This record gives sequence, C-alpha cells and structure tokens, in this order.
Amino acid sequence: MPDHTAKAFDSDLQDLARMVAEMGGLAEKQIADSVDALAKRDTALAQRVTQLDASIDALQSEIEEKAVLTIARRQPMAVDLREIVGVLRLAADIERIGDLAKNIGKRVIALNSEFPPPKLIRGVEHMADLVLGQLKMVLDSYARRDVSKAMAVWRGDEEIDAVCTSVFRELLTYMMEDPRNITFCIHLMFCAKNIERMGDHATNIAETVHYMIEGRQIADKRPKGDTTTLTALRTAADG
Amino acid sequence: MDASIPTKPADAHIDGPVRAHVVNLSFYYGEKQALFDVSFPIHDRKATALIGPSGCGKSTLLRALNRMHDLYPGNRYEGEVILYPEQINIVSPEVDPMLVRLKIGMVFQKPNPFPKPIYDNVAAGLWVRGIRKKSIVDERVEQALKQAALWDEVKDRLRTSAYGLSGGQQQRLCIARALAPDPEMLLLDEPTSALDPIATARIEELMAELAPSVTIVIVTHNMQQAARISSYTAFMHIGCMVEFDKTTTIFTTPKESRTQDYITGRFG
Repeated sequence: MPDHTAKAFDSDLQDLARMVAEMGGLAEKQIADSVDALAKRDTALAQRVTQLDASIDALQSEIEEKAVLTIARRQPMAVDLREIVGVLRLAADIERIGDLAKNIGKRVIALNSEFPPPKLIRGVEHMADLVLGQLKMVLDSYARRDVSKAMAVWRGDEEIDAVCTSVFRELLTYMMEDPRNITFCIHLMFCAKNIERMGDHATNIAETVHYMIEGRQIADKRPKGDTTTLTALRTAADG
Repeated sequence: MDASIPTKPADAHIDGPVRAHVVNLSFYYGEKQALFDVSFPIHDRKATALIGPSGCGKSTLLRALNRMHDLYPGNRYEGEVILYPEQINIVSPEVDPMLVRLKIGMVFQKPNPFPKPIYDNVAAGLWVRGIRKKSIVDERVEQALKQAALWDEVKDRLRTSAYGLSGGQQQRLCIARALAPDPEMLLLDEPTSALDPIATARIEELMAELAPSVTIVIVTHNMQQAARISSYTAFMHIGCMVEFDKTTTIFTTPKESRTQDYITGRFG
C-alpha cells in the first residue's frame, strides 16, 4: 500500500503498531514468568510478575490516548479506521491477558509453601506453552497482516480448551483422593482457567486481525473444546 | 414512481427505484475529452455523492446533468442520461436544455443569490415557469424556505435584499430557490466549501431532511461529508468512473485500490 500524503499519519500508525507489539512482548514474558514461578515455587519471580502488569496497563492507556488523538486529527477512513479501532481492541485484549497472568502470580504468592506435586503442574504448564504459542502467532499475524495465520490461531484455541478440561478432571480426582489437596488444587484450577481465558483473548485478537485486514467479521462458528461445566455435572451425577 | 424501471449498465449496484441512468456518457470540451464512458444509476429520493481528486471530472459530470455545458459552443456529449419516468435522454441535442433545467435544479459552490429581495429570489423559478398567481407563489415560497430551514430566520424580512443575509443563509436561500419549482433532481456542486462549520452542519442537516423526498446528486471534496450525507457514492478519477457503490461500502471496504488510496489520503 502506498504511503499517506501526510507522512505524519503514517508515523502515527507505525507508532501505534509498535506500542501494540511492545505490549504483546510484555504479556508473553508475563505469562512465561508466571507459570515458571508456579513450577519453580519462586515467589520472588511471582512478585515481579504482579509488578510488570503496571507497565502493560500504562502502555494500554498510552495506546488509547494516541488512537483517540489520531482519529481526531486524521479522520481515518476504511483500512486506516479499522487499523486504529483494531489497535484499541488489541490493546484491551492484551491488557486482560496481563491481568490473568498477574492473577497466576498472586496465586503463587498465596500458595506460599503449600505447593502441589510437579506432575499436577505439568498440565498447566502444557496449557501455558500452547497459549504462548497462540499469542506469539497471533501477534505475528498482526505484524505481518497475515489472515491465514490469524485464522489458524482462531481454530487452534480448541486444543487449549481440551487440555483445560483434562486438567480439571485430573484435579478433581486428586481432590477426591485427599481433602487436604483441595486448597492447592483449587488454586491450580483457577490458574488453568486463567490460561484458558488467555487463549480466548488470543482468539479475540485473531478476530480483530481478520477484521482489520478483511473489513468484515469471521462468518464461521468457532470450534470449542472447554467442557469443564459439563464435566462437573457428569461427575456430580456419577457421585 | 415505477419501481420496475428498465435497468441498463451497472445493474449490480441498483437496489431501489432509479431516477436517472447515466449510460456510457462521454463529454468533450471541444477537442479535449473530459469524461470517458461513465455509467452509473442515480437512485430515486436518495443522495448520491461524486468524489474524486481535482480535475477528475466530477463537476463536469454534474454540469452535464443539467446541460450547463451547452452555454459554450464546441462542447459535445456522447452516450445517454435517461431521466425517469419520462424516459428522455437529457443530453440528446433534440432535447431543449431549458426543459432539462426546469426539471433539474442546481446549487453552486459559492452562494449566488440574485441582487433582489429574498422573496423574489425564491419566486424567480416559479415566475419563469409561468406561475403568477400570488396565493400559489406565496405558498410555494414559504414551503421552499421552510424546506431549506431558512423560513424562521427570514419570514419578517422577505422584502429585504438577499445580499443582507450571511453566507450560510445565502446558500440556504439558493437551495430554497432551487427547491421552489419542485425539481425532479437537485444538483449540488460543493455547496458547503465556502461555508463555516456551523453553516455546513445546517446544510448537511437540511440535506438529510430533503433526501427522503428529493433526488440529490452532490459533488464534494469533503470525504467525511460524503460519508455522512449520501446513500451512494461514485469515485471518479481522470474522467472515468472508478467505483460506484453504497456509501457505507465505499468508505469502509472499497473494492478498488484506487478508491481506497484516495479516501485514506494515500493518493499520488
């Protein structure tokens, strides 16, 4: 696409894209660190994770301010308008991902010494790996304006949901074995749910990227694999 | 009017009754060709905006629609502009340009009231059509001034000179003058480019009110204005019609890259 006649408009848009990329990078680090803190029982790292969230929030406000100013100054049309509206949505989703990672950090601190056995954490770690892969890919699809990549992320969320369901099952049996496991199992389940939610935000981002490029919403229905609610019902019925 | 009007080119873009059809219209200023094979529908009682960079032919096209070019010798039209429901080709040499101008009103970039009282300005179009009966003229003048949202501001000074009005009021007066004879179509050539933002907003508001009852074709350089007030938009470039579609489509997801480049400020 050729440059704008008003060069400053191009640099405004580039600045916004750069800030979103920076925000995405911070969120990726936050997710990796939060799960690392959980696996290594590292409360100091968990503390840093909760602190990092402030810089993500700050970036979001900066992006919002700049986007509003750009709309006011340039009255963007068509692809430019979608670009700016998309950036606003992207920033909101990444900010939420940061919040969820922060939440995991807080739980690691709350667990204090009472840590679950590593084999239980493995499922959560696996989920985190999947989500990190999704987030990386969706941020890449944004940077490269690659619809097919965005669509791959959009379809890929099903796997995270499925792992979340199996983690839930696993934790449920563990809790039934010994009621003393309940506290950390519940914490762990919330961590898993947090990561599952991050995956949802990654698919939101994929939808936004699709809209930015194509100018219309995705028409298909998204495949869903999170059946934790049904699992609960079934287990209750079985018991 | 008849909804089952025979359709010609650009059928894909017709989604309602059509007031006029521009069919393969070319126009020459003497030797120089200014319009190339332009085709598009003008929907009935909707606003159609013509946009494009300077010199793209949008004003030339608008002026062709009421035969303004006939004022200078050597100009010539090819193709057709079929006006419905009469089904006459208004650019045909056999059709009297005066007849066309009686049906199609025009408002220009700069307000051009006659150096006469406000009342006479609005009544002028009626008088040339032979409407002389005072009660009828009074009624039509009042109605046109109301339609142009000017009545409340001028009803106590109808006999004073139109030159005493502000620029925005003068422009609304010109619109009232064009509306008084109840035209079949209203052509507006950048009607707000000489006005301040408040007067511009008034004219836009007025167009929104007129659109359900009058067919409007407007040339504008202000893209946001085209996006706000029109139902259909035609993008022109160097004498050609590049893209015609619903305004919402043109300004959100245009199909042609030239259109996209122009409306997003990337042109040239």
